[in-house]
Amino acid sequence: MSSYLIKGVSVLGAAPTDLLIRDGVVAETGADLAADGATVLDAAGLVALPGLVDLHTHLREPGREDAETVESGSRAAALGGYTAVCAMANTSPVADTAGVVEQVWRLGREAGLVDVQPIGAVTVGLAGERLAELGAMADSAARVRIFSDDGHCVADPRLMRRALEYVKAFDGIIAQHAEEPRLTEGAQMHEGAVSTRLGLTGWPAVAEEAIIARDVLLAEHVGSRLHVCHVSTAGSVEVLRQAKARGVRVTAEVTPHHLLLTDVRAETYDPVYKVNPPLRTDDDVTALRAALADGVIDIVATDHAPHAVEDKECEWAYARPGMLGLETALSITLEVLGPRWDLIAERMSRTPARIAGLESHGLDPAPGVPANLTLVDPAAQRRIEPGELASLSRNTPYAGMTLPGRVVATFLRGEPTVLDGKAVK
Amino acid sequence: MIRHLLSGADLDAATATRILDTAAEMATVAGREVKKLPALRGRTVVNLFYEDSTRTRISFEAAAKRLSADVINFSAKGSSVAKGESLKDTALTLQAMGADAVVVRHPASGAANRLAEWVDGSVVNAGDGTHEHPTQALLDAYTMRSRLGRLAGLSVAVVGDVLHSRVARSNVLLLSTLGAKVTLVGPPTLIPVDWATRAATANTAGQAPDISVCYDLDAVLPTSDVVMMLRVQRERMSDSYFPSAREYARRYGLDGQRMRRLPEHAIVMHPGPMNRGMEITPEVADSARSTIVEQVTNGVSVRMAVLYLLLGGNNA
Repeated sequence: MSSYLIKGVSVLGAAPTDLLIRDGVVAETGADLAADGATVLDAAGLVALPGLVDLHTHLREPGREDAETVESGSRAAALGGYTAVCAMANTSPVADTAGVVEQVWRLGREAGLVDVQPIGAVTVGLAGERLAELGAMADSAARVRIFSDDGHCVADPRLMRRALEYVKAFDGIIAQHAEEPRLTEGAQMHEGAVSTRLGLTGWPAVAEEAIIARDVLLAEHVGSRLHVCHVSTAGSVEVLRQAKARGVRVTAEVTPHHLLLTDVRAETYDPVYKVNPPLRTDDDVTALRAALADGVIDIVATDHAPHAVEDKECEWAYARPGMLGLETALSITLEVLGPRWDLIAERMSRTPARIAGLESHGLDPAPGVPANLTLVDPAAQRRIEPGELASLSRNTPYAGMTLPGRVVATFLRGEPTVLDGKAVK
Repeated sequence: MIRHLLSGADLDAATATRILDTAAEMATVAGREVKKLPALRGRTVVNLFYEDSTRTRISFEAAAKRLSADVINFSAKGSSVAKGESLKDTALTLQAMGADAVVVRHPASGAANRLAEWVDGSVVNAGDGTHEHPTQALLDAYTMRSRLGRLAGLSVAVVGDVLHSRVARSNVLLLSTLGAKVTLVGPPTLIPVDWATRAATANTAGQAPDISVCYDLDAVLPTSDVVMMLRVQRERMSDSYFPSAREYARRYGLDGQRMRRLPEHAIVMHPGPMNRGMEITPEVADSARSTIVEQVTNGVSVRMAVLYLLLGGNNA
């Protein structure tokens, strides 16, 4: 294994120090460490963070390898500063069996750019009718702990209750896509002033809030862990705040796009802004930012959703929902939270690693700790060009925007996956 | 002059008035023995219809032909679209054929906006999903002006399925621009939540047009100069927007008795096609107050004016 001496880096914003990486771990920290044969990286001005962990990534393989593969998505993740991603189950075939989750897990190992932790489907085929073999997925080589029908809500309250209870046997967690399906039939965008003007069928905030309210009560009733995907409304934040105050074991994520963009983007009818849940209002963005800062929302998760050009270059109603996120998430979080590195590490690395049960991730760089870390240039400004992204797809809503921060290097178990801002393979 | 006509919001008062004035001139052509002007000779107008709409398509076709344009009718059925061609590829095809204007009717809101990004010619929105239908609003305004002599200060009740109506959206925008006062009337389930809330909170600093909302048709009739009845799709019933067609007709249908509550001069409009017996009774539809047939006639004049002005016929 190679060894690296990272010179003069600021760990989580602290005074500059050196980090010696050897045998996959952080071997030593301190001033003026001897290179001792290690490759020296000048990291003056850079900030070291524990490698980022994404709890919500769509890698599209198997099934839509034209939009993304495990390998291309892993590369995008590494370039975004991630060392682990949790791959959502809505592939084709659906990741609802031990066979499919093991396939995704193995593809991730072969790509070797980030740890790919498969998420298993809650119900067979995401159909919301009967439980998938959750235990078989948990016992498989992929060791699945997070289960989600993401893209679909587990709407049946009895099935949701059973799922929450069942996964307690192996300390699993249900990650719910909170969307009451009867309230969002045909929905295209946030229901409000803009949807009225544009004549696009509204996706009312209450459709999300009603499910979250129900699910925290169910989780409380059966004493299970619940994770809420992509929280998008101010009302959801209030439901979560009350549940957490009561001690319900609920965690929640927000996406970078819900922290930055609002429904007025739909005015061009360009479906690059179509996403589920939809972009909301300024008031929602304000509430989400405050909740992320104060901890009612636990983590930032990308909901990285690559789509082929033909699925976006069309009429709004016919386009697939979703946006790219892996290569821009850290920049947007930095923009939103400011250079509060400990908070960023908490929201993008430590807490998501803890929720997912990824024990070798989410650990601050310190002697003896697995060397999963990323180096960020906080002073850099970066203009987002869709064609320069590593993802196979181009559906970034940030095209042409200038965002702060740039990932310079990422290490996975001591081996660089990104150096000089470029993927090593 | 604007390049595309996608929304009622594309028209300021001066532009809208210019279109209506031009339409009045165009109307004189219809009275001649030879109903044709040479204004758009050599120009190509494509009617791109993704939805069946006999009346709108024929109206645009007649308008373009009376201006001597070459007209190509492209309907989605039995065409490359039925074979799965995307809107963008169709747009590029029309572009390659040198279409000067594309008149588009499409079931998806915003399709005309998308098309306008992909072709160099002018795009006229002839109805996109539940978004807008601006030439309908123009012909409605033209009809009101010719019957009542003005638009500013008129009280216009728009009655029915406002939520799903592109006609209502365009009319709200255009009539507000031209100084009419619009009241939306219908069951609360068929009025957009946002408009109802805004109207209830007395127009709080929103950019939404100044509109009011009333759930009681009888209450607005005595003070209305214009009653515009919207078509109500029967399938809304199975979606629980209202309990039954009969109940809808009782509460929001315009029958002879209700019509007699209107002021003497008031007119009754309908964009067609009508559900006789649902939102309007035959007695009303066929009465002297009804402008329904005039609206069709005026539609051709207004669409002539739109094509003429968009294609720069005034500079020729």
